[in-house]
Amino acid sequence: MSEQNAPGSAMALPPGPIPTTPVPFESSLALGLLTDMLRIRRLEEKSAELYGAGKIRGFLHLYIGEEAVAAGVMRALKPEDAVVATYREHGHALLRGVTMRSIMAEMFGKQEGCSRGRGGSMHLFDAKTRFFGGNAIVAGGLPLSVGLALADRLQGIRRVTACFFGEGAVAEGAFHESMNLAALWQLPVLFCCENNLYAMGTALRCSESQTDLRAKAAGYCVPAQAVDGMDVVAVHQATLAAVEVVRTGQQPYFLEFQTYRFRAHSMFDPELYRDKAEVDRWKEHGPIHTYTARLKAQGMLTEEQFQALDAQIGDEVDKAVEYAENGSWEPVANLLRDVHTPAGGSTA
Amino acid sequence: MSRTSYREALREALREALQRDPHVFLMGEDVGKYGGTYAVSKGLLEEFGPERIRDTPLSELAFVGVGIGAALGGMRPIIEVMTVNFSLLALDQIVNTAAALRHMSGGQFSVPLVIRMTTGAGRQLAAQHSHSLEGWYAHIPGIKVLAPATLEDARGMLWPALLDPDPVILFEHGQLYNQEGELANDMVVDIHSARVRREGHDVSLIAYGGLLGKTLEAAERLTADGIDAEVIDLRVLRPLDDATLVASVGKTHRVVIVDEGWTSGSLAAEVMARLVEQAFYELDAPPARVCCAEVPIPYAKHLEDAALPQVTTIVAAARAVCGK
Ligand SMILES: Cc1ncc(C[n+]2csc(CCOP(=O)(O)OP(=O)(O)O)c2C)c(N)n1
Ligand SMILES: [Mg+2]
Repeated sequence: MSEQNAPGSAMALPPGPIPTTPVPFESSLALGLLTDMLRIRRLEEKSAELYGAGKIRGFLHLYIGEEAVAAGVMRALKPEDAVVATYREHGHALLRGVTMRSIMAEMFGKQEGCSRGRGGSMHLFDAKTRFFGGNAIVAGGLPLSVGLALADRLQGIRRVTACFFGEGAVAEGAFHESMNLAALWQLPVLFCCENNLYAMGTALRCSESQTDLRAKAAGYCVPAQAVDGMDVVAVHQATLAAVEVVRTGQQPYFLEFQTYRFRAHSMFDPELYRDKAEVDRWKEHGPIHTYTARLKAQGMLTEEQFQALDAQIGDEVDKAVEYAENGSWEPVANLLRDVHTPAGGSTA
Repeated sequence: MSRTSYREALREALREALQRDPHVFLMGEDVGKYGGTYAVSKGLLEEFGPERIRDTPLSELAFVGVGIGAALGGMRPIIEVMTVNFSLLALDQIVNTAAALRHMSGGQFSVPLVIRMTTGAGRQLAAQHSHSLEGWYAHIPGIKVLAPATLEDARGMLWPALLDPDPVILFEHGQLYNQEGELANDMVVDIHSARVRREGHDVSLIAYGGLLGKTLEAAERLTADGIDAEVIDLRVLRPLDDATLVASVGKTHRVVIVDEGWTSGSLAAEVMARLVEQAFYELDAPPARVCCAEVPIPYAKHLEDAALPQVTTIVAAARAVCGK
């Protein structure tokens, strides 16, 4: 059972010391977490490039800098659990098991994409992995996750729904109403708040009277804990413990991951609201290089192994791009498809 | 005359309003430090300070409701809702309070509130960021709905909207912000009439907002078919200026209505109904409309293009009503 942080023991923002302690996981998990983070990073670096080239359009929100959160959480979930995410969800979809190539094809708008080209970057969906999107309305996914958990409860199925959202969402009524219902009905929802300190250009301190987000959960009697979201070890450990509470106790839990996005909010953001020194300070906590350094220090990883892993991921990215390039455009004759479910059920 | 853009014209209108009336303030998400989501309010924070260029949390219901309260309390708030899509979170305050308050208080309380929001599709933003719900808002008694489609209206509509004692919603189409042109320095516009943007005799093309440009282009193309089209810009979506529409149809006897909203229950449907009611015997052909296909807006460009009214589909509809 995981301990809540005591009030007042808030992790100071910006985060505490860069973690250097040995990674307490066996090799396959330890290297798996690295692989996970690196796959997100390389996928998104390529996506940014392809946006510049006009292959990807619309809004593109990168997760670069925040990879430890998705990596640490996803490995604490089971295949039967459900995941609800936001428009900044490439990493969540990927680590949930949506293939890189179907994500890339989706961003190209091709019918081989995971949402058949209808959704784009902000609306990745995948029924097979119980990945319920890709919601671009801030806080829009929270009630949905409570409903998924309610459905499980009503059908006597014991599994967990993990709901990701940014700290900006806590200002919305939907957040408060969802927390209350989840607690009132004791539903198994893991609320994963990705606190990257900004909602577009609005800093947390400029938008919340109470910046300790755990206090909000506590207001609804939902246990809450703050976690260094730049440290994949801390994320994974905290999530394992929280998921255990949610699964066995069949109750909600709130995790606040303190993290930072290294890139602009979207591809249109001139970043007038923060200075470069702040970004650089957070980059020192970069989840991939700090973790890699720890693995190397304890002899779990050599530079050659890292290079080989990176090359292998680079290859996966290249293949995904090739797949997307070779994909096809859905015929315009299909325009009105899937507005309603056809007789006989789903077309998915 | 001076060269400007739709975005700059909106900004100038805001600046003028803030300078003219100390009761005016701008409030919304990322209007200040971020510089405005579409850069409309860029620089205003530095000029007018954080009290009057007020950043809000992600709380659409609350800050629109607070705007209503501030208006009741004697201020002249301009509320920016980032896009019409997010205005749905504030719909309750707009419809159940702002629009109804004057009436349900027996005429005691007016709500002099201006709400600005971006609307429309065309930028591959997919189903949750591409709505055109102007027609929905135009359904509601108690509010005025404006759709500036030109630089003059972008520059000129805000001040009369602020002078209006009741709630006014201004829809800025996302495709218009970069539109550039010449603007007279001392222009004044009204917020009650539709405008003939191009005179013609063979068919009336009625449009508004983001589709005015495509409709004017369609009118030019129609000359090749020997069709002389008149183009009307609705400008004011509620209350509609029936007289201008009826006069045009009385001249051309044929009409095509162009609307980015979905066909069913659209503003185009309302315009068509009025013309049938008021100008039925003037019509030489059934009225036609070009609207958005009845599908949430798809991400893929070719599908989004196919869903939206285009110059070619407007031309085709105009030809058909003209029997060509
Ligand atoms: C209801 C609603 N209002 C406004 C927006 C526009 N918007 C998109 S992302 C965003 C910032 C959200 O910040 P946060 O929740 O912290 O998530 P982050 O982008 O930092 O991951 C805003 C204001 C939106 N998508 N939905
Ligand atoms: Mg954030």
